[in-house]
Amino acid sequence: MKVLKIATAGSVDDGKSTLIGRILYDTKSLTDDKLEAIEEKSQQRGFDYLDFSLATDGLVAEREQGITIDVAHIYFSTPSKSFIIADTPGHIEYTRNMVTGASTAQASIVLIDARNGVVEQTYRHFFINNLLRIKDVVIAVNKMDLVDYSEEKYNVIKGEIEYLASKSEYKGQNLTFIPLSALKGDNVVAKSDNMSWYQGETLMHHLEALDTEDINDESQTRFPVQTVIRPKTEEYHDFRGYAGKIYGGDFEVGDEVAVLPSLTKSKIKTINFFDKEYQIAKRGSSVTITLEDNVNVSRGDMLVKTNEEPKIAKQLDATICWMDKEPLQASQKYYIKHGVNDAQAKITQLSSIIKTDFSGIEENPSELELNQIGDVQLKLSKPLAFDAYKNNKSNGSFILINPKTNNTVGVGFIK
Amino acid sequence: MSHTTIQVDALESEAIYIFREVVAQFEKPVLLFSGGKDSITLVRLAQKAFYPAKIPFPLMHIDTGHNFPETIEFRDRLTKELGVELIVRNVQDNIDSGRVKEETGRYASRNMLQTETLLDAIEEFGFDACIGGARRDEEKARAKERIFSVRDDFGQWDEKNQRPEVFDMLNGKIDLGQNVRVFPISNWTELDVWSYIEQEEIEIPSIYFAHKRKTFVRDGMIWSADDEVVYRDEEEEVVERMVRFRTVGDMSCTAAVLSDAIDINKVVEEIRDSSISERGARIDDKRSEAAMEKRKQQGYF
Repeated sequence: MKVLKIATAGSVDDGKSTLIGRILYDTKSLTDDKLEAIEEKSQQRGFDYLDFSLATDGLVAEREQGITIDVAHIYFSTPSKSFIIADTPGHIEYTRNMVTGASTAQASIVLIDARNGVVEQTYRHFFINNLLRIKDVVIAVNKMDLVDYSEEKYNVIKGEIEYLASKSEYKGQNLTFIPLSALKGDNVVAKSDNMSWYQGETLMHHLEALDTEDINDESQTRFPVQTVIRPKTEEYHDFRGYAGKIYGGDFEVGDEVAVLPSLTKSKIKTINFFDKEYQIAKRGSSVTITLEDNVNVSRGDMLVKTNEEPKIAKQLDATICWMDKEPLQASQKYYIKHGVNDAQAKITQLSSIIKTDFSGIEENPSELELNQIGDVQLKLSKPLAFDAYKNNKSNGSFILINPKTNNTVGVGFIK
Repeated sequence: MSHTTIQVDALESEAIYIFREVVAQFEKPVLLFSGGKDSITLVRLAQKAFYPAKIPFPLMHIDTGHNFPETIEFRDRLTKELGVELIVRNVQDNIDSGRVKEETGRYASRNMLQTETLLDAIEEFGFDACIGGARRDEEKARAKERIFSVRDDFGQWDEKNQRPEVFDMLNGKIDLGQNVRVFPISNWTELDVWSYIEQEEIEIPSIYFAHKRKTFVRDGMIWSADDEVVYRDEEEEVVERMVRFRTVGDMSCTAAVLSDAIDINKVVEEIRDSSISERGARIDDKRSEAAMEKRKQQGYF
């Protein structure tokens, strides 16, 4: 089954939860007992319509405040695909959740309230989609029923977003504009009778037609070794398998590989998955690889094809999204987790804060606060083998961990 | 040498990746095994993650004493075949020693009592990672659970202070006394699990398939009348029906559904067409809307 991961983003009251509830309802993904619960709660609150947002707002605190406060995962399927929606909150203070939700997404839906048009939050969402290089972005212009299904209003919003896109550094993004009403169901699953001026697809048609292979990250092959498998049984006495997941490209038996960071050369002897051997393993596969030579490979090392080596260095430049209440300051030390590899990192320079409303940068700031995005330079305790994020997402990203609290405090995108 | 290409399915690949991270990042992991289809699926994924080596951690069953006998028999056979260590800790022991008090009456269940036994066992063995089969599609509060979910000494979940999980990097760093609950099939749905069991031809306990059973109806749900642990009023009439169970939890709070699905293909077909979610058949979630969130804050799995 093909799986498509989608991140949703919008401002408070853009109707994001309602949209997701509507998708679940129209694709018949709400089960009878869940539907009953929604009907019952809607009635209790005195609504004369079904409050679909009740399908997703999970935590008690959220229901009390009537807002979404964390990343919630929602699952549904159509005959052609399985969908996972990471529903992320739209408040200014929760940018970190949006980055989190978008980091595993292949597509993204940005909601805009047709009455309010493009607001500061829209800039931010659009910015994050660009920073994370989400390939397929849907601009869902919602609440069209409240602006009399006005084509003019829709076109103004479309023009503003297109202008933003023209200023963005990431040019590979597919933008799709869809006017809809989540509450009334226009252009969500079924085509709207109220907007004959709109010739495009409905939201669900668009998402169903997306080619999940195509929008995945393709680049040079990277195989970070998670653990070494040594059964030490009679049958597998000499078996020494390197377990990991293949990113970027494929591997084939016989491929000449380099072990990083040592740059030792060998050849792929076997590719194992459970009790079978294969000739070729495609990207995205968790497999076990054995090598021709008895070389020294351990957790955190990486196998790549020879002549496709990434950069190996003890320092790097990155854009960081800060996720912790305690701000980042130059000269602080953190643990860095780059894929499955761990090291220590010192912030040698905090050069700028990037304004997420596209209004430029602030140079030489003293610190980077929660939900701010900035450029830094890191010094590492050992060499890491990394790519630029724009060339390889998995090998171009890392997290920072506060050694005192063990919390994940930032996510980095290598330049 | 075969000349074929392997593309591991995204969800399976992700789960295997998570298992390998657990073994690499923790000293003493354990797989919490209930004998249910989700934990049986976990066992298969763990086998795949470390093959040809054996599963490198024990399985642990927190036994409520209210299990279907079919489940216990299945559990013992499976662990023997795999050659893995099985640890069993009984809720009954805590009841006998007076550490926990058993609920009585119509809706009595031992589900809540499992928490205390689980926390005791974690302390007894010093487990730092407990792998479980929870899925985000099961329930609204679960939808926000992380793959590596950090718990304190009391097993509590602090939903407002969860670590962000970006890309597939998993931060397993913890302080002494903390432990992590790990959910490798977080992103699977009930249908995904059933389809996998079908595809992999995994054996599961017989109560998942339609069979004749003495049952009675209460609150629109069908309950097993075979065993004394299920409380039944005298006026509640016992009738033999063709039923199956969608989960194999505590017998006292696991309802059956009417079904003709006698094999795995028919079960998958039935789930595909189904209109009652799996948790709809668990009475303890129906107690209140916030039931699951409260239990999790108290250290429930």
